Amino acid sequence: MSYIAKPKFHHPKLPRNDLGLTRRDYEGSMSTLCAGCGHDSVSAAIVEACFELNLPAHKVAKMSGIGCSSKTPTYFLSKSHGFNSVHGRMPSIATGANVANNELKYIGVSGDGDTASIGFGQFAHAVRRQVDMLYIVENNGTYGLTKGQFSATNDRESVGRKGQENAFECIDLAAMAIQLGASFVGRGFSGDKDQLVPMIKAAISHKGFAFIDVISPCVTFNNHVGSTKSFEFVRDNEHTVTATDYVPTKEEIKIEYETGTTIDVMLHDDSHVRLRKLDADYNPSDAAAAMQHIMRYQEQGEIATGLLYLNVNDTELKEKMNLVDAPLNALPFSQLRPGADALEKINNSLR
Amino acid sequence: MSLEEHREITAKKPRAPYTKPTDISDPNYFHKVVDCQWACPAHTPVPEYIRMIAQRQYTEAYMVNWESNVFPGILGRTCDRPCEPACRRGRIEEKPVAICRLKRVAADKRGDIEHLMPEIAPKNGKRVACIGGGPASLTVARDLAPLGYHVVVYDRDAAGGGMMRSQIPAFRLPESVLNEEVERILDFGIETRFNQEVTSLKKVLDEDFDAVFVGTGAPRGRDLNIAGREDVGDNFHIGIDWLMSVAFGHTSKIGKRVVVLGGGNTAMDCCRTAKRLGGADVKVIVRSAFDTMKASPWEIEDAQNEDIEILNNHVPQKFLTENGKLSAVVFEKVKPEVDENGRRKMVPTGEDPVVVPCDDVLCAIGQENHFPWIERDIGLEFGEWDMPVVDKDTFQSTNPKVFFGGDAAFGPENIIWAVAHGHQAAISIDSFCQEKDIRERPAPNVTLVSQKMGMHEWSYHNDISNDDRYLVPHADKNFTLKDIKMEVELGFDEQLAYDEAMRCLNCDVQTVFEDVKCIECDACVDICPVDCINFIENAPEDELRQNLRVPANDLEQSLYVSEILPTGRTMIKDEDVCLHCGLCAERCPTAAWDMQQFLYKEGQAKNQRVAG
Repeated sequence: MSYIAKPKFHHPKLPRNDLGLTRRDYEGSMSTLCAGCGHDSVSAAIVEACFELNLPAHKVAKMSGIGCSSKTPTYFLSKSHGFNSVHGRMPSIATGANVANNELKYIGVSGDGDTASIGFGQFAHAVRRQVDMLYIVENNGTYGLTKGQFSATNDRESVGRKGQENAFECIDLAAMAIQLGASFVGRGFSGDKDQLVPMIKAAISHKGFAFIDVISPCVTFNNHVGSTKSFEFVRDNEHTVTATDYVPTKEEIKIEYETGTTIDVMLHDDSHVRLRKLDADYNPSDAAAAMQHIMRYQEQGEIATGLLYLNVNDTELKEKMNLVDAPLNALPFSQLRPGADALEKINNSLR
Repeated sequence: MSLEEHREITAKKPRAPYTKPTDISDPNYFHKVVDCQWACPAHTPVPEYIRMIAQRQYTEAYMVNWESNVFPGILGRTCDRPCEPACRRGRIEEKPVAICRLKRVAADKRGDIEHLMPEIAPKNGKRVACIGGGPASLTVARDLAPLGYHVVVYDRDAAGGGMMRSQIPAFRLPESVLNEEVERILDFGIETRFNQEVTSLKKVLDEDFDAVFVGTGAPRGRDLNIAGREDVGDNFHIGIDWLMSVAFGHTSKIGKRVVVLGGGNTAMDCCRTAKRLGGADVKVIVRSAFDTMKASPWEIEDAQNEDIEILNNHVPQKFLTENGKLSAVVFEKVKPEVDENGRRKMVPTGEDPVVVPCDDVLCAIGQENHFPWIERDIGLEFGEWDMPVVDKDTFQSTNPKVFFGGDAAFGPENIIWAVAHGHQAAISIDSFCQEKDIRERPAPNVTLVSQKMGMHEWSYHNDISNDDRYLVPHADKNFTLKDIKMEVELGFDEQLAYDEAMRCLNCDVQTVFEDVKCIECDACVDICPVDCINFIENAPEDELRQNLRVPANDLEQSLYVSEILPTGRTMIKDEDVCLHCGLCAERCPTAAWDMQQFLYKEGQAKNQRVAG
């Protein structure tokens, strides 16, 4: 980590977005992670995405649990809301917050330990309930904070820094999310922002549970030869199945793609996701086929990346529960607490 | 990965045409990144001495200056400061570092330097004449005397210093500061022939000199031949002659209403001097628009602070006299207009002429060279505008024994240029006297040293100060306007100097990139506060410049280009607004980035004497 503050000066010709803000205005505090950590690149991708989406920072809430990854919300969007929860319990907090105020954009950042081990049950239920949020797992296959033990997402064949074998099968979080009913599932790589930024933009615009599994190498404990989550391995074995372009509502569609290779999907806020199929036979709207495709790559020791599954027809949690649209903090007190008479009425109706 | 393996990979990916990797072993590459030093004609290592000032090593800071620019105390007050408009800080915020004022701090607060002066070698039997005792000649003397040359300095005045003494008023440059720095050089065993105006170069050449250096400046002030000029008599003064007469105590008063014609620094010195000699109503009247005035902005500001009015867009037409005495100057009003060729022209507005009543006129509309004392039959060729033909690199004239420098060489410039010329002429004279090829110039002395001391420890201060430029305190106007010798600028005190020094970005601490170590994690791209680092596909330079995170449209500023990296991308760094904060190096997991101090010392005559 660095001990000096990041200088406030920015490039005098740095572009400004519709709100008159620069990319720098979306940054957070100085990172305390190891130099070169993939997580810092993910933070930078989130900054870039929020800048490009013209998001007002006060309309965003950052949610996290415990771990290297869960520290990162401090390092972006310093003017947003945030909640750093107990280990693995971020999904519950995010669910509650989401129900109380759906006007905020929820960005949850978690790690492979926080999501695939201690918080696995929590994660599963947030997915299945379609909590309206972006859930990013910064996946490095190792427990960095406790000095580099294998995590539950470490590939079976991936060896430790001192050559230790991994005895257990790995959890593929992207496949898991598809199986549990997430409506937006992608996988990215912290070293490829060209792919990651549009995917994050589309995920933030998506209504429902958007999950992105980001392979984010741990430079200190899992970046050696023999690791399947090192910069070099991922670069050599990453296979992009769909390339994502995010098209904001107001922009006209200019580029014509060859028919059959492009899928154009309109999101709930009228923006578009343009998917260019790099694997011709890939169908990102078919959950079973998508899972099969992902697993086929895994068998070959390759990593399928890109937007893997997208379903814009499902509803999100608040709609499913038929909850009030307005944030609770905007409701008049009389509506928020209708009083003993109203309670009596409800009780009577149940008798 | 070994270097060989790496090269093998990069060799597999030829991409032509593309921009070649930067050769950082060429001293000019990193020198150019140090904008201030690159802009300084004498190439003073500016960030190096600013750091010393911050550490209160004033004597060392003074010596860094003295070696490069010879007159730190004088220049710390009077320099034209080409370094400041070049300063990188001026591109990331409003104002550059107050480099010149910091230089003065080093001079004001330094300790004894006697023991740091160069040893004077035994006489080598060669004799060099320097005609004119100004900054160019004195620089030649300082560079050559320690090498054993017998140097003779001629000047028409009673003391050395040239225009620094005769044209710069004492309220800007105290005599004690001037004397100290001039005499330090004369103490190197220089033979002075003061009060001797050289009237024939031939005569000097006939004396037994091995080389002659002409540093006689641009001594003739321009006259203004408009209607009524011949009638104005004693109330019309040529600016530089008048300033000299004031400097030597021959003139001590002026009329109540004074008009100063001209918009350069001499005009500013004239008006401020007039204000101190009894001029109650002093006006500077200039034909150009205000924003194209030649004077340095800070000198204009100082004049305005002393309640001197500046009228622009006024062209003098005629002088009026009453009872045989100057009574007024008549001006035509003009305005700038851009003609069809895009050239700016001043055209009359058609308004009534402006009559400015006055008692005295000071004419400061320029100065020029004047060589009536150089015979035209001594093999010294004269060219355009009756200027001697002088080689731009060696400063040699067509008479191989005669060298020129300062304003005498290529027309009016300023002190720091004169010093730079002096250094180069001294190199040539030395080579000439030692019968070496004068085209061969000594190489600069260059070092590049890592500043890393620990995990996140650097031997320079990389926490960038957010402070605005500090103003230098001035003495009370009520006193300065009454005493022509009282210095107006008080200089920074220790705290102000420290705070101002911290604004320096340490541009000489270079970002050095070692491509074989890079794992392309992009951490440097993410952390760089000014978005200057990019990892993109190589392309021809004009294309590359447009493909960066922020396009690099200032072509004066270099791109730092790496070899092609294993993923096929190339690291491209736009040097333009790099803060040299070192965060790229701090966030680099493999130390592919390092911060290394680049110290560049321009070659001087003494560097031709290195043993072996």
